[in-house]
Amino acid sequence: MALDVRGASLTALAAGVAARTWKSRDLVEAYLERIAQLDQKLGCFLLIDSDGARKKADAIDKKIAAGKSVGPLGGVPIGLKDIFVTRGIETTAGSKILKGFIPPYESTASTRLAAAGAISLGKLNMDEFAMGSSNENSAFHPVHNPWDLERVPGGSSGGSAAAVAASLCAGTLGTDTGGSIRQPASLCGVVGVKPTYGRVSRYGVIAFASSLDHPGPFGRTVEDAAALLEVIAGHDPMDSTSIPQPAGRYRQASKAGLGGMRVGVPKEYFQAGMDPEVEAAVRAALDELVRAGATLVPVSLPHTQYAIATYYLICTAEASSNLARYDGVRYGHRTSEAGSLEELYAKTRGEGFGNEPKRRIILGTYVLRAGYYEAYYGKALRVRRLIANDFTAAFSQCDVLATPTSPTPAFKIGERSADPLQMYLADIYTVAPPLAGVPALSQCCGFTRSGLPIGLQTIGPPLGEEAVFRVAGAYEARTDWHKRLPEDKS
Amino acid sequence: MPRINPEEVREIAALARLRLDETEVERMTHELDGILGYIETVKNLATDDVLPMTHAVPFDCPMRPDEPGQSLTVEEALQNAPRRREGWFEVPRIVPGTGGA
Amino acid sequence: MSRDKYEAVIGLEVHVQLATRTKIFSISSAAFGAEPNEHTDPVCLGLPGALPVLNREAVESAVRLGLAVGSHIRPRCRFSRKHYFYPDLPKGFQISQYDEPLCDGGVVTFRLNGEVRQIRLTRIHMEDDAGKNIHDASGVSFVDYNRAGVPLCEIVSEPDIRSADEAAEYVRAIRTLVRYLGISDGNMEEGSLRCDANVSIRPRGQTTLGTKAELKNINSFKNVRDAIEHEIARQSVLLDRGEKVVQETRLWDPDRGISASMRSKEQAHDYRYFPEPDLPPVVVDEAWLDRARKALPELPEARHARYLGTGLSAQDASVLVSERPIGDYFDAALAASPAHPKKIANWLINEVLGRVDDPRGLGGESMPVPPAALAELVDLVERGTLSGKLGKDVFGRMWQEKRRAAEIVAAESVSLMSDTAAIEEACKRVVERSPDEVARFRAGAAKVMGFFVGNVMKETGGKANPKTVNEILRKLL
Repeated sequence: MALDVRGASLTALAAGVAARTWKSRDLVEAYLERIAQLDQKLGCFLLIDSDGARKKADAIDKKIAAGKSVGPLGGVPIGLKDIFVTRGIETTAGSKILKGFIPPYESTASTRLAAAGAISLGKLNMDEFAMGSSNENSAFHPVHNPWDLERVPGGSSGGSAAAVAASLCAGTLGTDTGGSIRQPASLCGVVGVKPTYGRVSRYGVIAFASSLDHPGPFGRTVEDAAALLEVIAGHDPMDSTSIPQPAGRYRQASKAGLGGMRVGVPKEYFQAGMDPEVEAAVRAALDELVRAGATLVPVSLPHTQYAIATYYLICTAEASSNLARYDGVRYGHRTSEAGSLEELYAKTRGEGFGNEPKRRIILGTYVLRAGYYEAYYGKALRVRRLIANDFTAAFSQCDVLATPTSPTPAFKIGERSADPLQMYLADIYTVAPPLAGVPALSQCCGFTRSGLPIGLQTIGPPLGEEAVFRVAGAYEARTDWHKRLPEDKS
Repeated sequence: MPRINPEEVREIAALARLRLDETEVERMTHELDGILGYIETVKNLATDDVLPMTHAVPFDCPMRPDEPGQSLTVEEALQNAPRRREGWFEVPRIVPGTGGA
Repeated sequence: MSRDKYEAVIGLEVHVQLATRTKIFSISSAAFGAEPNEHTDPVCLGLPGALPVLNREAVESAVRLGLAVGSHIRPRCRFSRKHYFYPDLPKGFQISQYDEPLCDGGVVTFRLNGEVRQIRLTRIHMEDDAGKNIHDASGVSFVDYNRAGVPLCEIVSEPDIRSADEAAEYVRAIRTLVRYLGISDGNMEEGSLRCDANVSIRPRGQTTLGTKAELKNINSFKNVRDAIEHEIARQSVLLDRGEKVVQETRLWDPDRGISASMRSKEQAHDYRYFPEPDLPPVVVDEAWLDRARKALPELPEARHARYLGTGLSAQDASVLVSERPIGDYFDAALAASPAHPKKIANWLINEVLGRVDDPRGLGGESMPVPPAALAELVDLVERGTLSGKLGKDVFGRMWQEKRRAAEIVAAESVSLMSDTAAIEEACKRVVERSPDEVARFRAGAAKVMGFFVGNVMKETGGKANPKTVNEILRKLL
């Protein structure tokens, strides 16, 4: 009989492997069994690498039997958002234009996970090129929220969040550019962390918006996310924006308690018209933090109202640039009939990209045009600094900020896809931290009456992951939200 | 007064080498008009003495020594080529001088 | 001729391919001549997820270039993305520098027909090179990315150049400079030095600029001259006819000696420049500049002036300065024999340079006649131990056998006979059989001495010490 890994914590599983309580192979089989049963309905995986996983598990088990060390995550099954380039294993970024692309190299983040002994079960579904907040923009199939199959899991790392929520992986990696880790974490009731910009290497992460992309972990618990982050964070000479300092002691921080910390509450994130259930859950969480020993401090982030506009100006410009390489010449989709070079490009890209990438490429090209640059992109870069300055000023009065992660719980599939602007406006709470590069974490802080998770976001100063983990860990220790699991729906 | 018209969308699509059919052009014109309207709110902010923030990291460009490292083999470089001829990537005939900087 | 009505105004963009071992943003080899796609990596192939990492040596080379031409080196400069679509451009953009280049200003100095010319520079910036496309008769083209990512320095001049000849000399001066600095081969035929020209004309006396056309595909010094001459003529004809010059790009066809319009500059690329987000700003501090300044070699103009100061003619000085190893060789020889700069120059130019294919070999291990050896030979000739002719023979043997002159002379008594008795015999014989010449000489025809000396040299097989011959003859006559 397979091990019961439903709701299992990654750190507990790693400890069990090291203690020989269970074998890595048994863990892999247990998760593969759950995937076989549940993923048809969920759609988390784009590619399942059962053979590869079994082989790696067997190798880990052999090493353990021989008394050798296997790394802090030895033997534990994880999943990778299909945005991380994996050598010899198809990587699509959720797009048809990369269908069949087999990278000849591996991302730094996944290399570090493997070096720590973690075992990848496969590649996880995502919004195409990380553009989206619902995983409905995947070129292949949508992901369904494990809490309610008719609802979205959030995006763009929808597959990564849902896989942890449904216990299809013990932990996963995603990326966050405007909220793409935190928002799905919130909608799926798991922990998701967007680290400080540059904390985790972007080498081998298929680029959407270079100055805003942040690879980061999903876990069932705060300590799980911390354990993953400790492994993947740290300087990488292959990424010129990689922070030189070594990774911090995040697991330790998640257990250190938050006594005496000041928690800033930005008034712009608690405006009239909030969803009442979201507001209630988040305010209750703030009360809990006070009971845990924190002091609440009212603060202001006055440029919040410009954050979405600034974000969409910068990310579309950078995306239009990063997506220029997809031309059918060296890899990926190529149109079958091209009479000329111009046709090759226009048809390949027209056929290969979905609507959201097309929309953003057009918008991004527009804002970078000669004559428009200063008014749009140039302007956005300045407003970005104002937004970053807001955070700097706020952090002079407090150690972390606490806000809701998403203005609403998970919405229904198809509900928002008709109006892209409506979809963009839902990023209101998540879009500012990536602009400033500051770290932020989302964890479950309650459920709606209909059983949908609500997320609490904790934001820290640059390289302030420890503070964030302290607060998040302390909150989790006093609550049971993280222990609640969605029903298995097969 | 629309902020963007179909002609402009077609121009930009050409610039971005993106073939859009007429339905796409129509739909996109409408969507982008709305998005641009929202995005333009940043124009209201006074930013004359604010420096642009191009990077969220406070350090300068790191540099590496001029040491060769592990290259890809020719096979690895070409393994995903949609069309190739021996060691080259193959494309439709380029008319010399029509492209490039 | 209508050409005199108009003044040509020319600006050049010269691309210098740097001779670093690896590419500017990635670790693949930058060496020329490999099999297609042998020197690639995820970064220079533009694979998804790849990121650039700057090569310090490329920046060092660019800094030295900037210092050598007196540019202002920005303490903080930036890379920008320059977007266009072409198969040899793997990312769909080039990483270049736009509004914050490494170098501003600067001056390139050279001599044109004996006159010193100074062409001002607008800027110098760094960027990555594109791959290479080759074309096939069958309607397809092929792409090789070995060259993609090789570092380039783009040198942009002010429109100070006034003739095709001047343009060619300007490009030659850049070539000489980058070879002096050791940062590039400067080889136009191989593509490590490339040039685009912006040419306009205006009626003489007018200060506003005419409309310019851009010329591309100029890949030799001859082409620089020919393409620009052709363009000046073409524009002159247009203006004479009352027509306008169209701002456009024209491709030079060296085989047919004409240019053809490629595209109108109005539809010019909108490159959509923005700061490269994957690379933070580049800092070049004072300490770096100091080290780089100290590492600069003596530059061509300074060397030329120094050689003139030693008494060399401008022409000889120019030859010695044309490649750094030649001047280095000269300096080393001069150090060994400081009294004879002109002679050393002559021997170097006439005997040594004729025997080497590549001046870079002059300083090498396999050089049969190193500078000190040449200096020694020159000394022997100047002292009279060897005649000029004998000296040349000895040189030939030195070159063949890699032996020093003194050794050859000693070992084989090659030297002139300083044996006065034998020489005196030879002189007497010549004088005795040439009574008419004797009479002429004694009557005042001093030039006849040459006849006597020549004959004595013939008698002695060229081995007689000419000084001794002269002395003895004068005594006899």
